[in-house]
Amino acid sequence: MPVETWLYFIFGFMILGSIVALEMKDILSAIIAIGVVGLGASIAFLLLQAPDLAIVQFLFEIFALIILVRAFTRKENHVQDPSGMNKFIVGLTVLSLLAILYFSLPVFENLPAFGAPKMTVADFYLQNGAKDTGAANLVASVILDYRAYDTLGEITILFTAILGSLTILRMKNRSKKEGEQE
Amino acid sequence: MKTQNGMTLIVKTVTRITVWIIVLYGFYIILHGHLTPGGGFGGGVIIALALLNVLLAFGRKFTEKWLHIGFLEKLESSSALLILVLALAGIWAGGSFLANFLNTGTLFDLFSAGTLPIYNILIGIKVAMSLFLVVWVLAGLKFEQGEE
Repeated sequence: MPVETWLYFIFGFMILGSIVALEMKDILSAIIAIGVVGLGASIAFLLLQAPDLAIVQFLFEIFALIILVRAFTRKENHVQDPSGMNKFIVGLTVLSLLAILYFSLPVFENLPAFGAPKMTVADFYLQNGAKDTGAANLVASVILDYRAYDTLGEITILFTAILGSLTILRMKNRSKKEGEQE
Repeated sequence: MKTQNGMTLIVKTVTRITVWIIVLYGFYIILHGHLTPGGGFGGGVIIALALLNVLLAFGRKFTEKWLHIGFLEKLESSSALLILVLALAGIWAGGSFLANFLNTGTLFDLFSAGTLPIYNILIGIKVAMSLFLVVWVLAGLKFEQGEE
């Protein structure tokens, strides 16, 4: 079977998983159903021959699942709000989404064929990557040499996010402790 | 509360053995980042998950003593600083920011590809420490809210 068939199967499975996650009443079941989406994406990356991405996606999925389970299974106060669904708004949303899908169909006809990108920069990396950087893993040569600015940006984002969360969450803890002492 | 003392003896014993295997696998992924799939990000997450395993199995007090959280924070910040220093060293030695100025060596060798393995190691430390610290802070917040 070609790769596309498997991809359609996995994408269908992921859509099914997200619908199940939305409709599930129990929060733990919903979290596990969300996990289907991430693991399906990991397998899709593997089928598209991107093992680097597949590894990172798989690990982050496990990480996110652990955090979600720890964060949401303790609290008892996650009651679903039943009054949020208005039939008129739901119908309007579905209609506008269908309209967007209909008007975006010509875009799909103009897309390049599957696996045939219009950019030629990937060919340059494939031919010169190992010679220029000496790295056997071409993904590493791209993200750490040719496109190292991108990695530097990612590191900066990570650093800023951790700095912010450490500062804010610590501050709450400290003020609580001071309040207890007083 | 249960989270302070950790889980049962079975979980603790299994964790004591498996944590080192997981950490070793993370180091393998990081060190071979320029040869095989993986690299700094993947290996860093593996190490963070191993430390998270310790936190889940042994509880908060033991982990704080065993890992020296303050030291982990310094490691996290200093690895980010070292990446910048290495990038600036590219201007001095290679002519441009983030330049690969070391000898690239022979293909498929462990010590090859110039500065790429060094970047990989630093990014691995950075990712591992930051992800673990985020979980650490979040878990602490939840614990104190539950106590009230």
